[in-house]
Amino acid sequence: MKTLMGYISGLLFGLGLALAGMTDPARVLGFLDIFGAWDPTLMFVLGGAVVTTFIGYRFVFRQEQPLIGETFQLPTRQDFDARLIGGSALFGIGWGLSGYCPGPAIASIAGLTAPLFAMLVAMVTGWFLARAIPARS
Amino acid sequence: MDWIASLQGLVGGVMIGLSAVWLMATLGRIAGISGIVGSLVTTLPKGDSAWRVAFMMGLVSGPLLLMLLGGGLGNVADAPGVVVGQPAGGVGLMLIAGLLVGVGTGLGSGCTSGHGVCGLARLSPRSLVATVTFLACAIVTVYIVRHVIGGGA
Repeated sequence: MKTLMGYISGLLFGLGLALAGMTDPARVLGFLDIFGAWDPTLMFVLGGAVVTTFIGYRFVFRQEQPLIGETFQLPTRQDFDARLIGGSALFGIGWGLSGYCPGPAIASIAGLTAPLFAMLVAMVTGWFLARAIPARS
Repeated sequence: MDWIASLQGLVGGVMIGLSAVWLMATLGRIAGISGIVGSLVTTLPKGDSAWRVAFMMGLVSGPLLLMLLGGGLGNVADAPGVVVGQPAGGVGLMLIAGLLVGVGTGLGSGCTSGHGVCGLARLSPRSLVATVTFLACAIVTVYIVRHVIGGGA
């Protein structure tokens, strides 16, 4: 049951990404290119996603617990540390170079090309590397 | 202004939002791709892996389903009907970009979906800082690539 719920969520997510044009790096880069021929599409994507989630979460968090899981697992940290800011900066550079953030990169596996494969392998390697970098306490 | 693309973007965005709401309502989880997939591949969490694999399968089957439904919804300008786009560069560039995306989302505990969609919807200050940071860095990167190095191409 948990598995089915996970699949449905992933399917909705993948459909949304593809429909929105997020799986097309050219369109994503067009949005990030605010000094060129700016393509506003992604503003609608992010806006639609954030507003929908904001409203939906309001209803969801009125419940005691999720339908299947035991508790809502939410991040509780409030501090701004170097990992958060530095990591986000590195991610932004990688996103700007490729036009892929992790979701679209994985969702595009159906149309796998050598460059996309390289990106995915490097991304997984990067996840392992990030775990090896100790948090300064 | 491409209104059709904007409308598709809005509908797609709402679907992404519904996906995030669904995952929270059923499993109590944040729909952050780098978190869901990242922890799956790096730690294989016991009893907590199957739904992650299923989520990934769903993620991959989304674009495929769209193609099956006629594919006229593709957003690739030079190849109507193709839903999955062309990578922006060759293997070398994508290796560097992928490493940056992996290390960056790993260190920053989230990407466009976890921080940008779920985090902003939760009004999380950390996610707001993360989102502003990666958007700004991505914009600057594209500016340098296209207008400084590429001469405005």
